[in-house]
Amino acid sequence: MSSSVAPADLPVPGRSDRDDTSYELAQEGATKTKRVKQRLTSRGATIAALIIAVVWTLPTFGLFVSSFRPEDEIRNNGWWTIFQNPGFTLANYQDVLLSSSASSPQLGSYFVNSLAIAIPGTLFPLVLASLAAYAFAWIKFKGSNALFILVFALQIVPLQMALIPLLQMFSLGLRFGETQILPGLPAGNYAQVWIAHTIFALPLAIFLLHNFISEIPGEVIEAARVDGAGHGQVFFRIIIPLALPAIASFGIFQFLWVWNDLLVALVFSGGTPDVAPLTQRLAELTGSRGQEWQRLTAAAFVSLVIPLIVFFSLQRYFVRGLLAGSTKG
Amino acid sequence: MTTADLINKIVQVAAALAIFAAVIGLILFLIDKAPKRGRDGFQLVAFLAPALLLLGIGLIYPAVRTSIAAFADNTGNFIGLDNFVWMFTQPDALRTLANTVVWVVLVPLVSTIIGLAYAVFIDKARGERIFKALVFMPMAISFVGASIIWRFVYEYRPEGREQIGALNQILVWFGAEPVLWLQSDPINTLLLIVVMIWVQTGFAMVVLSAAIKGVPTEQLEAAQLDGTNAWQRFRNVTVPGIRGSLVVVVTTISIATLKVFDIVQTMTAGNFGTSVVANEMYNQAFRSQAPGRGSALALILFIMVLPIVIYNVRILRQQREIR
Repeated sequence: MSSSVAPADLPVPGRSDRDDTSYELAQEGATKTKRVKQRLTSRGATIAALIIAVVWTLPTFGLFVSSFRPEDEIRNNGWWTIFQNPGFTLANYQDVLLSSSASSPQLGSYFVNSLAIAIPGTLFPLVLASLAAYAFAWIKFKGSNALFILVFALQIVPLQMALIPLLQMFSLGLRFGETQILPGLPAGNYAQVWIAHTIFALPLAIFLLHNFISEIPGEVIEAARVDGAGHGQVFFRIIIPLALPAIASFGIFQFLWVWNDLLVALVFSGGTPDVAPLTQRLAELTGSRGQEWQRLTAAAFVSLVIPLIVFFSLQRYFVRGLLAGSTKG
Repeated sequence: MTTADLINKIVQVAAALAIFAAVIGLILFLIDKAPKRGRDGFQLVAFLAPALLLLGIGLIYPAVRTSIAAFADNTGNFIGLDNFVWMFTQPDALRTLANTVVWVVLVPLVSTIIGLAYAVFIDKARGERIFKALVFMPMAISFVGASIIWRFVYEYRPEGREQIGALNQILVWFGAEPVLWLQSDPINTLLLIVVMIWVQTGFAMVVLSAAIKGVPTEQLEAAQLDGTNAWQRFRNVTVPGIRGSLVVVVTTISIATLKVFDIVQTMTAGNFGTSVVANEMYNQAFRSQAPGRGSALALILFIMVLPIVIYNVRILRQQREIR
């Protein structure tokens, strides 16, 4: 979400047992301390917690309820009056997703774009970061430490620092003096967005995966090496399977990050229905049709549905990825 | 979207993934077949080069270019500190900086306090898991989604018509007049900050809750035997016990807040006196075609993030030494 140095104190996938226990001890801790029976919390605290929970939930709930209300109702009365002004319709969703009329947000194609950006935008950095993390952890070379610290330090560079030159580079290619080293990228497809997301994800991904990969027992790798396996085979046959939990939990986090991103999309997608993701379309709609709540409410939920599914089905991994990834830049 | 479009998109993704997989697979296959002499070197390059090249070309080099561009005008001529003079003298730009300071003071403070209080209140309570999920959920959704949710809360209808925004309805219930919240300077900045607090509290709560569970029960019991009340125990046992996590939470949220872009962009696009540095950077660089000023703002952002990160590192180091 943000960038800072990785909190060495926090449970990261590399220190797997800590985070699992600390989060799941929620239940276990309860039984353990039951004998104490003396709570820190009181009735007042419970009420305060309830109030916070309600305040935190109601805005989302209101939007959700409204997205199923007919246009006239949304326009003219609050969602809290739903019992006085009942009405239920799926027309809003049908309109934003399927309608092909020019005034409709036509979210279908943006939804596909979001997926098309997020899947490679997650897989590319994960693979490249695992490779690099393996090299840092298990191939000895001069300057390994210094290089690793450099990568680690890159986490603190806000991605705003890279936007303008990167965009120029994408359109003009990379030049050194007069010689063209890399050609520019054609616009109107996903390539720029994928590459940008990959680059911005790498420092943190390398750091976290390194933590995990370096804790794989050395004997396992030594044994394979003695048996004649090269680094390529070791990586494929041993590292990837063993590091899969860590890779997966970082992957979930990265997926959500890419799915929810707006800035990278705005700068690199060009804003066409060919490339732009849902977030960009939504931001555009709030600007141009901020009053069409029957569309905005439904559109917002179309964009929220994937993160919410990920969140509620994979909450454990999500928490782990988040605790580890609280440093993303 | 036509079916042809859809197929085209699927083909793009599939092709990209296939090419990527083929290249990586080929690299991994080839490095084990490399000549014995210098094989380690080949392997090292094959593993490291893709990531390092991308970082070098895509992050380090651009960051250096941006730092240089901060001292240039829009056509690239060196103009010294003019961009920074603009930033610290123009009322609009100054307002942007001031807003950023308000954000970075309020968001970490309030969300950490609420997150901590909530974590303590629900600790060991029945239904803790559900309580957590409710407050944590905003963390999973996008800032854009969160902004739409809150724009709806702040929605305005003229007096006399039924309100559809919850906040104005509450005002009306109390007999006050509805307010055009997002256009009312300066309260609109506070209302945008509320959105960020709403998102970040869940993060603070989850991290701090995990930390609270790590405070030894023995210490709490001992304090209790000494006749302390709940607040004293919290103040003198729990808080010192979770100090490290508190620092991490506050610094992490501070940095996220400094870079807040999506919320301002979606709620007001930086109008009505709500702009912040990260948002202004985008507007200058990509809307007003002023890359020099945009770069200067990006550099300021980097400089503002830096002390927080250094502080974070120092605290973590001290703690490691204590252990």
